[in-house]
Amino acid sequence: MNDAARSQGRIFPVSVIIVVLTIIWYAGAVYLNSGQLIDRYNKRSVQWDITQLAADAWSMKRPVLPAPHQVARELKKTVLDQKITSKRSLIYHAGVTLSSALLGFVLATALGIGLAIGIVYVATLDRSLMPWIIASQTVPILALAPMIIVVLGSVGITGLFPKSVISMYLCFFPVVVGMVKGLRSPEPMLLDQMHTYCASRTQVFFKLRLPSAIPFLFASLKVAIALSVVGAIVAELPTGGQGGLGARLLTGSYYGQTTMIWAALITASVVSATLVSIVALGERTMLRRLDGGQVARA
Amino acid sequence: MSDNASSSDTVVQIDQLSLDFDTVDGPVHALSGIDLAIREGEFVSLIGPSGCGKTTLLRVIADLEKHSSGKILVNGVSPDQARQDRSYGYVFQAPALYPWRTVTKNVVLPLEIMGLTRSQQQARAKKYLDLVNLGGFENKYPWQLSGGMQQRVSIARALSVEPQLLLMDEPFGALDEITRDHLNEQLLELWRKTRKTVVFVTHSIPEAVFLSSRVVVMSPRPGRVMDVIECNLPSERTLDIRETPDFLSLAHRVRQGLKAGHSYDDE
Repeated sequence: MNDAARSQGRIFPVSVIIVVLTIIWYAGAVYLNSGQLIDRYNKRSVQWDITQLAADAWSMKRPVLPAPHQVARELKKTVLDQKITSKRSLIYHAGVTLSSALLGFVLATALGIGLAIGIVYVATLDRSLMPWIIASQTVPILALAPMIIVVLGSVGITGLFPKSVISMYLCFFPVVVGMVKGLRSPEPMLLDQMHTYCASRTQVFFKLRLPSAIPFLFASLKVAIALSVVGAIVAELPTGGQGGLGARLLTGSYYGQTTMIWAALITASVVSATLVSIVALGERTMLRRLDGGQVARA
Repeated sequence: MSDNASSSDTVVQIDQLSLDFDTVDGPVHALSGIDLAIREGEFVSLIGPSGCGKTTLLRVIADLEKHSSGKILVNGVSPDQARQDRSYGYVFQAPALYPWRTVTKNVVLPLEIMGLTRSQQQARAKKYLDLVNLGGFENKYPWQLSGGMQQRVSIARALSVEPQLLLMDEPFGALDEITRDHLNEQLLELWRKTRKTVVFVTHSIPEAVFLSSRVVVMSPRPGRVMDVIECNLPSERTLDIRETPDFLSLAHRVRQGLKAGHSYDDE
């Protein structure tokens, strides 16, 4: 009931923002495409007015910035009018990206939780591992991605896995940071209490530290899953456009097909937003269980 | 204070116990030359201002701190051994309940760790929740209970391991005075029923005198025992006893002890 009321209250402001953005987009399309058009008008000595300019700006074949309805038409053409298995279908390409993003996300979650447990429980790892983990994130992923593809390719690993590794590389970091903070979140009093119970390290972990870490873990997972899509797209660039939204972006930019690029971008953001909402839903369910049905904190 | 010799009914025996903390400003003498013997079935309060080491002393008994010198025996063995024998239950300042566990699941937490069977756990949870008058709240979550009820759950949880000794560290310190009075009466009732040995840390004079069979007055810098006061108030007592001359003279003696330890001086 609460959720329904909340989403009702959201519809109006969200639609206002969408309308405003659409207006800005249409205006931007006129502004950015006007240079080319006016040159053309002048060459052919055509009389033009602003209505003419706008109409032409919104229907160019290769616009600098395509108008929303052009992108929508492209989306219809590549999403609705194609078979899902076709290489021309954006759904197919989104699926390719999604599969490497999801595998990367799962790997990153496992790696991140594993590293966090090591850091919390082993003093040596606490001091030695964290600087390396932070350093790993200062290397631009765009520079590193081709190396990973080449190195793994030379040992015969190709296809989905190398792309997932790149995705994982990008999104394990928030999981480690959040999980370390979460596992360390129980107050000293609760740890003292476990000491008075003579609890083993395993019991302290499963009964106290892990449940305490869950809210921190989910906050990190939301960041991580969005990053996993970025990682998957970046990973598709050096593999030379075999498939995936990254490949569509690459192809689009080779042939100056800005509409194609925008359609792929919109699909990528829809995929990311959907994934984040799924994680958020899982988060709400878990938190509700963790605080015993107390109103899940927004 | 003539019973320094260890006897069979001594639950906690402390001889010349000292504890120093090393800090950046040099060592702090948290406890210095403490002598104390707590007999079975006694209700002993440790009272004193902040920093007098009363909580530290309780933590030494519970093996949460290690003493620097002197001797301490709990149930005739070292605090570490006593802890492993589960011979005490510890009630903290805050209820320290797990928000994701129901009242019953919170009470059985130490029992799960001990490895009791599920039916044993349930039986003990029911028994001790009834004892603290929380029957009917088994499936509530901590947030659904008042502060006083939460602290009663925490007492039931400490009792559920069935220890001979109950260590309580300002358990009602965070509660309002009306709730605290009410819980004091209930705790007294509980002590009469179970005959546990209780060591109770507080900084409230009325609370200490009302509950205790003996009050240990402590003073800071270094933490030491100033006075030990026997309270021979009738065992059947209600809060009204706090207006009687006997009670007031005991409270006066406690206050004198605190004064002698410079507890009322400016910092």
